[in-house]
Amino acid sequence: MWFDPGLKWLEATTFATEIRENEILFPWVESVHVLAIALVVGSISILDLRLLGLASLDRPVGKLTRDVLPCTWVAFAFAAVTGSLLFSAKAGGYAGNFFFRGKLILLVVAALNMALFHAFTTRDLDRWSANARPPMAAKVAGGISLALWIAIVAFGRWIGFTLH
Amino acid sequence: MISLDRFCLWLEQTSLSQVIQATSWIVPSVQTVHILALATLLASIFMINLRLLRVVARDQPLERVSARFLPVIWWALPVLLVTGAIMIIGEPARSLKNPLFQLKMALLLAALALTAFYQIGLSRSRDRYDLAKRGGGAALIALPSFALWIAIVFCGRWIAYY
Repeated sequence: MWFDPGLKWLEATTFATEIRENEILFPWVESVHVLAIALVVGSISILDLRLLGLASLDRPVGKLTRDVLPCTWVAFAFAAVTGSLLFSAKAGGYAGNFFFRGKLILLVVAALNMALFHAFTTRDLDRWSANARPPMAAKVAGGISLALWIAIVAFGRWIGFTLH
Repeated sequence: MISLDRFCLWLEQTSLSQVIQATSWIVPSVQTVHILALATLLASIFMINLRLLRVVARDQPLERVSARFLPVIWWALPVLLVTGAIMIIGEPARSLKNPLFQLKMALLLAALALTAFYQIGLSRSRDRYDLAKRGGGAALIALPSFALWIAIVFCGRWIAYY
């Protein structure tokens, strides 16, 4: 495909070669990736369950977001960096993998869902922040987010079993 | 350890282990549930520890943050143990005889003991860990707890490589 030369170049870079060939480095990067993604998914699900009106009902949505989201973003940064490093080591293999492609698409959809939620649904957050039952649009965003992140973990795990 | 060897050999031969080995979707599915339960537990641990260190939710009493997240830890734990057990049954020798698995279990016991110690302490004296009122106690729980759980995650990933 058109991006094949780019993948070959990436695989040949010093750090990609090092991660691929150093027996200790790959599992270290993977460990940080697992830790980071667990924190991303775990922290986001706290917010999703709140938006669904299922948990943390004694905490306003706005305050809970400020408690949780910084942790989510820091963890996401670690997940993205380590994920990119793992990708670079076997770029060609990952790029052709169904579950890797699916995971990227799901990540984009999750980002869109989050962007739409913050752009529109939270406009009148002050009016419903403390409500145990947020408006339907917020519930839908929370439900979609929860489902997407569960799928992202599943796809991620399946990459390891289908990568050649 | 001859007995552990024999136990692993026996476990490998059980029909349950055979099914897990022969059915390609079981292990990735179980691992996915394991990671999701881990995510749930870890986020709860982080919320409590970050509150102990007064990084988040400073305006919310410690016991309310704990009341929200401590039960989650104890609900996620059996899910982790069951999915972990299924992985062990599928590949007994690779897990039970693995030094990193053994280390992981030792760290897990320590982490759970620390969590229980915190929970019991909190129920006896509510402001025991409140940094605004007393120093030290909160960090003595939160920092070892962070270290133990992060080490547990790392050991888990390394089992596959050792």
